[in-house]
Amino acid sequence: MQALPRIVRAMVACVLLAWCGAQSNVPRAADAPMEFSDPAQEQRYQELLSELRCLVCQNQTLADSHADLAQDLREEIHTRVLQGQGKDEIIAYLVARYGDFVRYRPPLTAGTLLLWLGPFLLLAAAFVILFRIARSRRIAAEALTVEEQARVRALLEDPDRH
Amino acid sequence: MNRYLIPVCVFAALIALLALGLRFDPSRVPSPFIDQPVPSFTLPRLHEPDRTISPADLRGEVTLLNVWASWCVACRYEHALLLQLAREPGVRIYGLNYKDTHEDALRWLEAMGDPYVASGFDADGQVGIDLGVYGVPETFVVDRDGIIRHKHIGPLTEEQVRDTLLPLLDSLRGEQPAGTN
Repeated sequence: MQALPRIVRAMVACVLLAWCGAQSNVPRAADAPMEFSDPAQEQRYQELLSELRCLVCQNQTLADSHADLAQDLREEIHTRVLQGQGKDEIIAYLVARYGDFVRYRPPLTAGTLLLWLGPFLLLAAAFVILFRIARSRRIAAEALTVEEQARVRALLEDPDRH
Repeated sequence: MNRYLIPVCVFAALIALLALGLRFDPSRVPSPFIDQPVPSFTLPRLHEPDRTISPADLRGEVTLLNVWASWCVACRYEHALLLQLAREPGVRIYGLNYKDTHEDALRWLEAMGDPYVASGFDADGQVGIDLGVYGVPETFVVDRDGIIRHKHIGPLTEEQVRDTLLPLLDSLRGEQPAGTN
């Protein structure tokens, strides 16, 4: 580790921290836990909660939020999961009432195209810029006139003549 | 000079984008109910629990449907405006009393005045969920045919009533009901 520059160590630490954070992001209902007899249903319920947004405190999932509305929606989802409704069905129920905004994974539509493709466009743009900078540097290095090249050769052969 | 051109342009574009972003209010979520009929519900009336209230009651005239609760602080803030609005000719306001207790709701209307033709009593908030309510107070503008034409989230302000709501009500009243044109 000692040999690595500090910046590299810092970056590695950041990545590790982010990864640990992602691992610990197990959905947990904020208030009263819901009862399930079927583990598959419980898992469906937990997955739904971590994919749906609480509209009151908009940057929290339904799993995390303590808002009253989140509690009501958790109960609603619980009831529907117990009734045997599928994930898509329950998501459609909520989207019909609150719009696509309740989903943390918005569907790919004309309005969300930039959201989905934006990161890839930026990455592509970064590569184009990188490529052009690299090429311009190479061209600058190669672009010596015939006289300059002759002088370089002369200097390399006989440095004392300078 | 040229080598600075692109970074400066990118920077300017970023600033423009961020400045634009400041003008959006992320708490305003577009309602999927605009231009949709009021979702069906049946609720007991707050004052006459034996009678019910349903979207059919809203039809026939341009109507405001205001979601309120006695525990809602912002509702207190907009209440005087609602009373004032209810006195305007041709303005009809129905209420949806959201997640309240019967006594608290009645006491609130007695103390503050009652701008509503009638209020539906939604004790468990189920109708609220069906209407996509997430920030009480909310106000729906419903046209003669029972179609939601506008939704306002949060307390109404004088400016919004004057600049948005009243002109909208005027134009909706001018519309021919469906089936007669």
